[in-house]
Amino acid sequence: MSAAELEAPDRWTRSLITPEGVDLRLQIASAGQRASAFLIDAAIMIGVMIGLTLLCLLATLGNHSKPALSAIGIVWLLGFFLLRNAYFISFELGPRGATPGKRSAGLRVAASNGEALTANAIFARNAMREIEVFLPLSFLAASSATGDPVQGWEAVLGLTWTGILLFFPLFNRDRLRVGDFVAGTWVVKAPRRALDVDLARDGRSPGPFVFTPDQAAAYGVKELQVLEDVLRRGDKRTLAAVADRIRGKIGWRSGPGETDTAFLAAYYAALRGRLEHRLLFGHRRRDKFDKA
Amino acid sequence: MAELVLKSRRFREEREDDWRRLQNLLGRVERNGAAKLSDDDLLAIPVLYRAALSSLSIARATSLDRALLDYLESLCARAYFVVYGVRSSYLERIAAFFATDWPLAVRRLWRETLAAFLILALGVVIGYLLVWNDPDWFYSFVPKALAGGRDPMASAETLREVLYSTQGRDMLSFFATFLFTHNFQVALLSFSLGFVFGAPTIFLQLTNGCMVGALFALYARQGLALPLGGWLMIHGVTELFAVTLASAAGLHLGWALVFPGDATRVDAMAAAGKRAGAVMFGVIVMLFVAGALEGVARQLVTLDIARYAIAAASGFLWLIYFYGARRRGARP
Repeated sequence: MSAAELEAPDRWTRSLITPEGVDLRLQIASAGQRASAFLIDAAIMIGVMIGLTLLCLLATLGNHSKPALSAIGIVWLLGFFLLRNAYFISFELGPRGATPGKRSAGLRVAASNGEALTANAIFARNAMREIEVFLPLSFLAASSATGDPVQGWEAVLGLTWTGILLFFPLFNRDRLRVGDFVAGTWVVKAPRRALDVDLARDGRSPGPFVFTPDQAAAYGVKELQVLEDVLRRGDKRTLAAVADRIRGKIGWRSGPGETDTAFLAAYYAALRGRLEHRLLFGHRRRDKFDKA
Repeated sequence: MAELVLKSRRFREEREDDWRRLQNLLGRVERNGAAKLSDDDLLAIPVLYRAALSSLSIARATSLDRALLDYLESLCARAYFVVYGVRSSYLERIAAFFATDWPLAVRRLWRETLAAFLILALGVVIGYLLVWNDPDWFYSFVPKALAGGRDPMASAETLREVLYSTQGRDMLSFFATFLFTHNFQVALLSFSLGFVFGAPTIFLQLTNGCMVGALFALYARQGLALPLGGWLMIHGVTELFAVTLASAAGLHLGWALVFPGDATRVDAMAAAGKRAGAVMFGVIVMLFVAGALEGVARQLVTLDIARYAIAAASGFLWLIYFYGARRRGARP
């Protein structure tokens, strides 16, 4: 067993073994991210719809002949039709497998068995929006338009229906909505990360930082990565607090003119060097309590 | 202490340029598609992808730089989706869809299609009998927006006029577009409701049948059943076939949910969903054809016998296309 496999996979990690035999460890998108992605898409769709309607209204101002009205009507109907049915499908068929909303949330659609995403699957998952979103909406529109008391219970049923389908993703492990379930897809995180600078390289700043082996062995991997996080954020107060803690723990006496950042960067490099050296010999020290 | 040189840092420095090149190429594929890339770049992607994967494996085992690991994981996942994603061009996929995928999917759903057809037929009979005996039932079956002035109060003249009118073509094309979008929405609903164990799908299909039956009874009471048949069937054969296929797709989903067979429910559902998805893609095409027949052919052809001929021909062509004999393993 390799050292990496000792890391406990968290709740949202799913393994996807590529044909080359490497586990990509995809992260399932959270319900919040899914919701925000959908809201962005819905806002875009509504915006385009309003724009199209205004344009059509403007066009009718100049023309009152029947053929012109009919043509404008057709444009409007087809525009609405395409927006409702083709928006999600056409974007998800693209190489990024994501609508603008999903892109901005750093998500994409993928087949849950790791195979290529087929057009049929994308169609099926988006056809289900019909009962997840549009049907409840039309229920709502119908009951509010008529105000008919007989339709009161219909509205209640519609609301229950919406509730069940809306919260469907919360009731399963993979956050699948009905469409994902039907099409065998899931939505995973696919952020586009840039390669950040290696902190160990910057750690080579001038200064009299020499740590004894004992000092360099005070912490484990977990603390190392917290330290990495702190250094990358670069918040002054946090840096000072963390530097004080570490100095206290390893009994470090500050030299004249020593900055917190320089000290932490140097200590980071030393600690990582030590831990990675141990890692090569098969010892992965999880945290400072780990005696490995 | 000597100059600090971490192995993980050297590791990164040696490979960084390749990663950046891969990242750059992926960005271009994701923005503009693979067609815009030069041959060299295209061939480089799989090589760089495998190199990145091996970097990821090594990094996981030897590096404790969280940022580097996160970067490599996201890079490899992106590259994986590009390398193992879509393999053929849009045109090839469309050709394969019409040549094999669609008819194959329709044929695999033949049981559901038959069931949906029988439900439709039952609906027609019910609608016909009820309206024949009491015309007031008509209002329960046909929504006002679709009736267009055809109701039990209308005279035989008005009813006949609708069948052979060639006037107001401009608004008719609008009406045809409306019907196309409306029909598609109904078909889609009928499919997606299959998820609820198929029961609402059956109900919708029955309603569709009732509508047709009610309309027939209305015209039959004025002795106009035969002309109505021509008027309706010229596009109705295609349209009702499409709606029946959509219901069949819905029933297929419901069936997979209730009786998943040897597979788990989730797997059975996913497989059924993909097959049904292929059928539904085709349903759009059929409804479009039906819309064209309704909007154009019906206005040009006003002879009953010709209308029936077109109806029969379209039905025959669809049946041959879906169920006709095909060379075994014929794949483009």
